[in-house]
Amino acid sequence: MKSESLPAAPQAATVTSELLAQHSITPSEYERIVAALGRTPSLTELGIYSVMWSEHCSYKSSRVHLKRLPTKSDRVVQGPGENAGIIDAGDGWACAFKIESHNHPSYIEPFQGAATGVGGILRDIFTMGARPLAVMDSLRFGPLTESKSTPREVIHKNHSIVEGVVHGIAAYGNCFGVPNLGGETRFEECYSGNPLVNAFALGLVRRDEIFYAKATGIGNPVIYVGAKTGRDGIHGATMASEEFKEGSEQKRPNVQVGDPFMEKLLLEACIEAMKTGAIVGIQDMGAAGLTSSSCEMGARGGVGLEMNLDHIPQRETGMTAYEMMLSESQERMLLVADKGREQEVLDVFAKWGLDATIVGTVIAEPRLRILHHGEIEADIPNTSLTDEAPLYHRPVGEWKAPVPAEPTKSALDKLGYEDQSSTRNHTDDLRTLLASANICSKRWVHEQYDSMVQTNTVQGPGAEGGVMRIKGTKRGLSMALDGNGRWCYLDPKLGASHAVAEAARKVACTGATPVAATNCLNFGNPEKPEIMAQLSNAIDGISEACIALGTPVTGGNVSLYNETRGEGIYPTPVLGIVGIIEDVAKTVPAAFQKAGDSVLLIAPAKLPTIEDRLREFGSSEYAKTILGELWGTPPSLDLSAEAALQKCLAEFADAGLLHSARDISDGGIAVTLAEGSFENGIGVSAHLQEGPDLPIAWQLFSETATQVIVTCDAAAVEKIRAIVSKHNSLLVQNIGETVKDRFRIQVNGKTVIDESVHGLQHVWAGALEAKLYDEVLA
Amino acid sequence: MKAHVYVTLKRTVLDPQGQTIQNALRKMQYQGVKDVRQGKYFVLELDGSLDAAAAKAEVERIAKDVLTNPVIEEFTYKLEEGA
Amino acid sequence: MKFGVLVFPGSNCDHDTYNVISEIAKQPVTMLWHDSPNLENCDAILVPGGFAYGDYLRTGAIARFSPVMQSVKKFAADGGVVLGICNGFQILTEAGLLPGALMRNAGLKYICRQVYLRTETTNTPFTGTLKKGEVLKIPIGHMDGNYVCDAETLAALERDDRIVFRYSTAQGEISPEANPNGSLGNIAGILNEGRNVLGMMPHPDRSSESLLGSADGYRIFASMVLALQQNESRSPAVQEVAAR
Repeated sequence: MKSESLPAAPQAATVTSELLAQHSITPSEYERIVAALGRTPSLTELGIYSVMWSEHCSYKSSRVHLKRLPTKSDRVVQGPGENAGIIDAGDGWACAFKIESHNHPSYIEPFQGAATGVGGILRDIFTMGARPLAVMDSLRFGPLTESKSTPREVIHKNHSIVEGVVHGIAAYGNCFGVPNLGGETRFEECYSGNPLVNAFALGLVRRDEIFYAKATGIGNPVIYVGAKTGRDGIHGATMASEEFKEGSEQKRPNVQVGDPFMEKLLLEACIEAMKTGAIVGIQDMGAAGLTSSSCEMGARGGVGLEMNLDHIPQRETGMTAYEMMLSESQERMLLVADKGREQEVLDVFAKWGLDATIVGTVIAEPRLRILHHGEIEADIPNTSLTDEAPLYHRPVGEWKAPVPAEPTKSALDKLGYEDQSSTRNHTDDLRTLLASANICSKRWVHEQYDSMVQTNTVQGPGAEGGVMRIKGTKRGLSMALDGNGRWCYLDPKLGASHAVAEAARKVACTGATPVAATNCLNFGNPEKPEIMAQLSNAIDGISEACIALGTPVTGGNVSLYNETRGEGIYPTPVLGIVGIIEDVAKTVPAAFQKAGDSVLLIAPAKLPTIEDRLREFGSSEYAKTILGELWGTPPSLDLSAEAALQKCLAEFADAGLLHSARDISDGGIAVTLAEGSFENGIGVSAHLQEGPDLPIAWQLFSETATQVIVTCDAAAVEKIRAIVSKHNSLLVQNIGETVKDRFRIQVNGKTVIDESVHGLQHVWAGALEAKLYDEVLA
Repeated sequence: MKAHVYVTLKRTVLDPQGQTIQNALRKMQYQGVKDVRQGKYFVLELDGSLDAAAAKAEVERIAKDVLTNPVIEEFTYKLEEGA
Repeated sequence: MKFGVLVFPGSNCDHDTYNVISEIAKQPVTMLWHDSPNLENCDAILVPGGFAYGDYLRTGAIARFSPVMQSVKKFAADGGVVLGICNGFQILTEAGLLPGALMRNAGLKYICRQVYLRTETTNTPFTGTLKKGEVLKIPIGHMDGNYVCDAETLAALERDDRIVFRYSTAQGEISPEANPNGSLGNIAGILNEGRNVLGMMPHPDRSSESLLGSADGYRIFASMVLALQQNESRSPAVQEVAAR
């Protein structure tokens, strides 16, 4: 490719304010573009800037705040800034993992939006040379049952979003052949117009075989591989950076369509091609496809890329440079090969029946230069698109949730706070909670996912964390996702710390030591100062908790503008935590295993005051589901007690003391005990002792943090006490024993719940299907 | 020339997808739909080297050998001249 | 003795199946690419699960035209032992090596879970170490596992003792509740007339180690190894056929 014979600069576009508005470029941003180029941009260049400077690609509102996250430890091999973070997993293995949102596309077209979300995160993992080992998803939907605030049409739409998203995730991951370990699924009204689909993936790579998305070696060929380019998703990246308005659904024709079969071939071919040693750098074409992969690879290597679009494999005829550079067709990769060895790479792709074409060259000037039909269509300094993209210190206001700080009288009355003789039926309350959307079994979701392919799944969906073995070693990896938007709405900082603590606690319950984190920050419109306050505070909360628990953040994703017609979501940071188990045979299950075991509650030694607990109860599932109210704050959280608890759990597991471990979260101790009973039909006979002035519902259903239930042989109890006694911040209470088929709880000597395990399981197991059943169209 | 091939489950084979759609239509108050059968639709673009009789034979063979599983499916087709 | 695992574009249980033979059964095993012209002297062929050709068109429909499948047909006709698991079962029915077809699950959804199978016959190279009526815990993972065939075929399967596994309860009871996908007669696995080809929807490859929740599936591979050892001491004819 000889650029000398070409005109010096691309043809200037006729720039009008409408054109800029269509590209979501502000007048001041346009001035920066002109300054960076030293001339008026071409239309293609304007398009390239619009996607690279979009919130989705540039993180322009969040970057200054993300810098506060801890990103380093002895385990971290690769922190934020690459396709995925990488940690050392031991025995020469490294583990690449990341979580990413696909929220907006999943609202517009649930099946394809969710499917391509899975496809994108898988490519992020295998471009680093890692074979995907497991995926999980964190999903948020609007309610499934009608209420005063959610009319029938909205419910109908929510049902179809749930169906489509779950089906899309299943269809893509199952065909690709990666096990899905579940994750979490929650329902709140604020997600009706803004569902959240956050996809997590984790892969394994030998430590000395990691690949990076970096172009090097002047004169090296640039190779395009995978699916042909069509007009899919043009401006997807800018769409993901705008609020939904009336008519956003009209963007439907541009929705990207995923092809998991193609992706599976791409995986096998890429891994095989990497083994030839002829690949220098590789990046997947995600948002803004060709554009982001080419300028980011160039920028990381301090070089430039010149590409001739005449050589791009095209699915449609008559595509312009603008369209090709902005296309978001899926299942494509850009790679740089060693000059002279490109044929080895092309041969591998030919074996797998994939298009692989040389489309350009690495050049010395650090620019992105695009040629098409003998014209220069774009010629841009790389760094103006990446590191020097706009960075906004958006005004950070204050956020205070518009809810009462203290419980209302009606809530207290329903709780029987004043009148201890209240005749609340706690068994009925438990049943209602077990059947509620957030607590009920998610079997309907995760049975649609292949959770066992690759034969590494030691603990699949429905347990505390997912556990995978690493073949050829004794080791295992444990992983969990967590986020509680309602808690973050009440207190973004504390709520975000809880997301870290709970995800890490779930991982610790399996017997693993949590070692690293990835985060997906789902928020509303950052141009509103109160939303920026939520974001900034949440980042502080994540940062504090990750430091305290020794889990640096190695990457992730920020999704802003999750608003429809001005209605925003709860601030929803979702955390993924990865932990390591030295001996995977010592993995601790979450379900009670046999009758006659001791049941222990391990909890902070210092409980909150009665006043604090009253405030905290307003954030519980009980308050939401049974009382229909929301007040106060999330539970308080002592991060040093949390760290101590997680250390204890690893120690118990290593010593082989536990038969099961489960963290207490949504629905409190009663729900935790019930959920532990279902898998094996082993229930409990438990006795809770607490201050007599507390309402019973409170003791059964409050969601005090840093608490776990473990079961063990009676002989192990003293050993567990000895381990816990090393930490002043924690206490052990022996609350009873496991029994066959029965579920019984006494509070201060009075039996408050007495049911068959089967009876409770019945309401829990079938609730989600029952809610969906009426309206679902397969 | 184009060939349009329609593949459906045999009448004797239960079509749960079709039934589900029919049930949904009924729930959505669409009256007057007695039965729904769903299937697949293929468009084969022929390169013009075959005459009508040869094209007919070729399309039938493709439909029978590749596009349908004769254990559960059947097909119909039509040829579109000059398209 | 050598096992061969077929690999089609889109196979995704090929490594899992290979791993069971090499790491647990500790037997020689090789991967056979879909366009292999022969079976490289293998004594048994495993058709693994996955989504060959993306399951596009119909499950197994495109895979059956692969060059390697022509060799497999010949191998099976000459009495060679072939096990098709999940997508492998679908491919074998499409290829006409087994009767009937696998349709969309009655619930119309993909289902991944542990199920129980009752062993209906031990007169096969795949179940020789099992007892008739023995219940195995083996997982399924499929969207199209709903076995159908016409009445005559069903009668022949029953009469010739060619139904190898049926979905059952943990206690071995055959009931509609124990049927995960609507299969005719709770059928989970069947033999060809020669009794040397087995197709089954559940995954023995995923249940060959207790660490993964069940080792019951391994009994099927162990039976195959035993049958092949007995066969080896008798006649080399099958190997010769494979070499051709």
